[in-house]
Amino acid sequence: MTTDAIAQDSHDEHHDDSHEHGKMTGIKRWLYTTNHKDIGTLYLWFAFIMFLTGGAMAMVIRAELFQPGLQLVEPDFFNQLTTVHGLIMVFGAIMPAFTGFANWMIPMMIGAPDMALPRMNNWSFWILPFAFAILLSSFFMESGAPNFGWTFYAPLSTTYSNGSTAFFVFAVHIMGISSIMGAINIVVTIMNLRAPGMTYMKMPLFVWTFFITAYLLIAVMPVLAGVVTMLLTDTYFGTSFFDAAGGGDPVMFQHIFWFFGHPEVYIMILPAFGIVSTTIPAFSRKRLFGYSSMVYATSSIALLSFIVWAHHMFTTGMPLFGELFFMYCTMLIAVPTGVKVFNWVATMWRGSLSFETPMLFSIAFVILFTIGGFSGLMLAMTPVDFQYHDTYFVVAHFHYVLVTGSLFSIYAGAYYWLPKWTGHMYNDTLSKWHFWCSLISVNLLFFPMHFLGLAGMPRRIPDYALQFADFNKWVSIGGFAFGISQLIFLVVVIKCIRGGEKAPAKPWDGALGLEWTVASPAPYHTFSTPPAQKDIDNI
Amino acid sequence: MNKEEQNQAGINTSAKNNSKTVKKLLLVVVAMFGFGFALVPLYDVFCDITGLNGKTNDTAVAYTSTGIDKSRLVKVQFITRNAKGIPWKFEPVINEIEVHPGEMKLVSFYAKNNAAHDIIGQAVPSVSPGLAANYFHKIECFCFTQQPLKAAEEVEMTLQFYVDLELPADINTLTLSYTLYDITEKSS
Ligand code: HEM
Ligand SMILES: [Cu+2]
Repeated sequence: MTTDAIAQDSHDEHHDDSHEHGKMTGIKRWLYTTNHKDIGTLYLWFAFIMFLTGGAMAMVIRAELFQPGLQLVEPDFFNQLTTVHGLIMVFGAIMPAFTGFANWMIPMMIGAPDMALPRMNNWSFWILPFAFAILLSSFFMESGAPNFGWTFYAPLSTTYSNGSTAFFVFAVHIMGISSIMGAINIVVTIMNLRAPGMTYMKMPLFVWTFFITAYLLIAVMPVLAGVVTMLLTDTYFGTSFFDAAGGGDPVMFQHIFWFFGHPEVYIMILPAFGIVSTTIPAFSRKRLFGYSSMVYATSSIALLSFIVWAHHMFTTGMPLFGELFFMYCTMLIAVPTGVKVFNWVATMWRGSLSFETPMLFSIAFVILFTIGGFSGLMLAMTPVDFQYHDTYFVVAHFHYVLVTGSLFSIYAGAYYWLPKWTGHMYNDTLSKWHFWCSLISVNLLFFPMHFLGLAGMPRRIPDYALQFADFNKWVSIGGFAFGISQLIFLVVVIKCIRGGEKAPAKPWDGALGLEWTVASPAPYHTFSTPPAQKDIDNI
Repeated sequence: MNKEEQNQAGINTSAKNNSKTVKKLLLVVVAMFGFGFALVPLYDVFCDITGLNGKTNDTAVAYTSTGIDKSRLVKVQFITRNAKGIPWKFEPVINEIEVHPGEMKLVSFYAKNNAAHDIIGQAVPSVSPGLAANYFHKIECFCFTQQPLKAAEEVEMTLQFYVDLELPADINTLTLSYTLYDITEKSS
């Protein structure tokens, strides 16, 4: 038995011998793989394909909104597009991309040979394509795809459903199971497989943020599963959880949904914090400023995220006390978030900075995510939220935090670790094009949405009043440009896999972390024997 | 112990640790799934105590007021709404009434089934502002029971209520809204 067996599931009797003979070939390698690097690659590709799918929907949405009036699509189909766009981007693109990073990097960063539960890892990836096949297949059915918004408020998704609720619910169940399995795997790996000598407070911040995120997932994904189950029984089996006629309450749907929903948005941003907390020190050639305050800030953001959910519900007629409570709690989250931004800036302060593509995306992240945080603070003020709620201002807010926040961090991380993943340097010129085109177009796309929202343009509508026409034209142009720019990334990645300048084990001179102590590309099996103590002390 | 053996020892303990950790985490998953459902009764209890969601009492209460506050007049407005798919005419006979806190009042609502078949209706009340719900007491209400109406049948339904003496001073108007649902299928 080799030391690789540490990577076997705890309960298995017979041994999968793939680890002894290296990898299988062809499609089987990917179907049966239990290797964390393979699974990480699968997650990343899946996320990118979903990103392009959801992006294609966004292109149709923006084309319809290019000018007032109805020109391309029916209103009902428009609603299906906005709904599925949101679901795909949240559950299909951002979350799986982060799980991909977790799979690839966590074992290498903590000096473990693999994830703790490699077979479950295989399952948690391979059920995902089925979830999204179910979701997308509803487009081709008589009912059409879900059209009730990614937040699927009852009674839109129950009494007024177009018949897609069952498919939607099953898809969400599968996604939820996948996320829970992935999260359990991350927690178990971090708790049990850290190299000897790597204490919790020595773990890279990247690992910390995924650790905390995994706990959030374990806590709230079951609540999501519960609420969609209630939806299912309300729609098809005559229960009345959310149906006032039978004694239920539709507002309760919103409470349960947002009890999941708000921690969910932090599930999508904490890993991003982890990535830029890795890249910024590397290209500032300094250690991360305030490591332990970062750990505490991340934990307190996670804890606070459970008591702010009703800031999505200010206009549901809560009593004054409730409005104030949720307003102050929400604003409180800005404090640890501010600590983080401060620490990133302090890390760069007087560092010897260089501006490789991962750093460019990271700096853009810090600035643009902060803009998203500020619009969040505006939305957190109950009295003004009555004006902003359900307008494009909210759309602007969450796209700043999710696109220029989460997505940009994913790009930063991808460029940072591509040399480690592929063994080649990416094409620098193309990557710079990718960055600058994305940066300019993304602001053209999302910044005017603030003004549209302030002027009163409602979200989720296929047509609008004439006075919004100019801004919408610019937004659509920005949207198309952003969409096209993302294809540059695809080209960069494919070129990088196929060839390019050979990458050394550590292509970034300021980089810290155990992953840089192994060769590039990372060998199929790493850390079969734990890393040396001095390497751990070095990070 | 050489390095290989050391690792071997590590493997066995870590396998045991893994399944222990997994079991604990699965427990959390199950507990949180349960918690999602527990939110339903919790929500009801919470709203019951605080009256936050405007739900009024759903069974009759006795008149227990210790007097009538003649110094104060509260306006009570009635509005009605039909949920999707119930072809009834449903409206309050009077739209608005002024009452003294503690004073008992009787008002009625008119309903007519305009469909060509029998329908069972259920009216669901809600009070706005929500905080006033606990101070609005229904002694008798058609909303406590289901209301079957044959095709073209009409009916006048009564509501008897009083407003609590303790109604907070800043509330001068109460709006009582009824939404009428078709529950023929559910009740059969
Ligand atoms: C300083 C931090 C933040 C504050 C104060 C904040 C506040 C808010 C508020 C008050 C709303 C509700 C607006 C409304 O519907 O009227 C909102 C919506 C939203 N926020 Fe944030 N937010 C913050 C950070 C984030 C982050 C980091 C993310 C995700 C990465 C995020 C994602 C969202 C999303 C997706 C919505 C819209 C949900 C929907 O209705 O579809 N927010 N935010
Ligand atoms: Cu929120």
